Amino acid sequence: MSDRRSFLRMAGMGAVGILLAGCDRISQSGLGTRVLGSAEGLNRRVQALLSPSSAMAKEYSEADISPVFHPNGTTMPGTPAYQALMANQFRDYKLQVDGLVSRPAMLSIADLKALDDRTQITRHDCVEGWSAIGKWRGTLLSAVLDHVGVSPQAAFVVFHCFDEMDVDTPYYESVDIREARHPQTLLAFELNDQPLPVPNGAPLRLRLGRQLGYKQAKYISRIELVSSFEDIGDGKGGYWEDQGYEWYAGI
Amino acid sequence: MNASSAVATRGASVTPEPSGTAARLIYRHTLPIRIMHWINVIALTLMLFSGLQIFNAHPYLYWGNRSDQGTAWLAMDAHQDAAGNLVGTTRIGQHQVNSTGVLGVSKGSDGTPVARGFPSWLTVPSAGWLAMGRRWHFFFAWVFVLNGLCYISYSIARRHLQRDMWPTRADWRGIGRSILDHIRFRHPHGAEALRYNILQRLAYLTVIFIFGVGIVLMGLAMSPRMDAVLSPLVEAVGGRQSARSIHFIVAWAFVAFVLIHVFEVLISGVFNQLRGMITGYYKVDAVVPEPVEPAVPADPVVAEPAPIAEDPRHE
Repeated sequence: MSDRRSFLRMAGMGAVGILLAGCDRISQSGLGTRVLGSAEGLNRRVQALLSPSSAMAKEYSEADISPVFHPNGTTMPGTPAYQALMANQFRDYKLQVDGLVSRPAMLSIADLKALDDRTQITRHDCVEGWSAIGKWRGTLLSAVLDHVGVSPQAAFVVFHCFDEMDVDTPYYESVDIREARHPQTLLAFELNDQPLPVPNGAPLRLRLGRQLGYKQAKYISRIELVSSFEDIGDGKGGYWEDQGYEWYAGI
Repeated sequence: MNASSAVATRGASVTPEPSGTAARLIYRHTLPIRIMHWINVIALTLMLFSGLQIFNAHPYLYWGNRSDQGTAWLAMDAHQDAAGNLVGTTRIGQHQVNSTGVLGVSKGSDGTPVARGFPSWLTVPSAGWLAMGRRWHFFFAWVFVLNGLCYISYSIARRHLQRDMWPTRADWRGIGRSILDHIRFRHPHGAEALRYNILQRLAYLTVIFIFGVGIVLMGLAMSPRMDAVLSPLVEAVGGRQSARSIHFIVAWAFVAFVLIHVFEVLISGVFNQLRGMITGYYKVDAVVPEPVEPAVPADPVVAEPAPIAEDPRHE
């Protein structure tokens, strides 16, 4: 009887082993990843249908704010350019805005504060599964876009960052113009009524109400308007996208 | 549909047994049901394994909207003991156990212990690879949802749901006997075996409409984009981290259902049951194949064999 049981057990484990080995081979193959990745387009289109682009993320109350807003990824960019700015409390910081715009600009935090701003208490959802709630104050990205004048050919806003993820591999991200113009899309300079701390992306980071954490670029140095992001990084629209994560991070 | 085979079996082809007792092969599961059943097996299996991969990216569960440190109700952790060995622990509420080898710490691809929630033999891909786990999960989530919608529509249209699954008053009255039968592992072999008993009906309805619908809704409740319209649902269950916890719990409820389901198949005639769900044909011992008038007249235009539960009750 125990022979039979151990045989069944081995057969069961063998079946699972074959299944998992097969899945691993599919995960490594170009076709397999493309087929499996086809769900991203479906998610993006169906979610846009069910949750319109104008829909607002829930905003929470002061009582809901996380005691510690967990900083993830880079918490201290080591690049000399960033270190020099940090040494002077970012007083010399200027956000470069260029690409497909009519009036390229260099904007200090004071310049940004002069544009329309917004304060919101929203939830941050990491692709890993955890969530944190923080109070963000920042300039509406739409106000910055209006300030520089977006060319009709521009389709995406690319955020170039100070932090290097690897040698010559700076963090970057991108969103489409519609997401960029959403009223909860901010270039945040304050977290919980304090100047944005370095671990959370000082002096300026992106806040999106309805996408996962890896889209919310920290340490932004430059905003570029482009018609396509194919020539940036590995061409997938962001550092994590280049590592295989979905460009559409609404789920 | 294989209408020819369906027509052939309407006359309940009799296969004589050597013993002399007649046994009938009944066309029990239609082709769409069989296809959808096996698609569901594949989708659920891959969603479980890829789901555990996603869970491993943060092997902690919380209630509420936030995941503040120290507030997890379920935690899989790894730490080094005095000898420098990796020790895996699993904590549920206040109860912590050493789960080295399976949860918290298990062998990696090179055989050395690594810190990870669920072991590599329970995740797709086997190595820690969140991006690919998500691809598998979302692809098969669509397979599961579309297959499930087809199944529910088909079952309603063909009255499979109303006739075979919705419990009748007689079913409810027989619940005590049905529980006793299950406890004693006693299963009917005659025509009665064709009819879902009350526990089966309740189990299927629960799995389809509570587990199935629930796990999809809790999955969507984790989507920040969907939360812009689903926040009343998210807040109703306590928050996004609650939704993640419930999603995880329901996934294991599915596993529990499958284990019981497979166990029942094994003890009630595994060959016959498998043949039923693969070829459609299920054998019943025809003690007295009495042709009684159906309580509900069969739809005369159906080209398919009438669903079995239409058979008169033998009680």
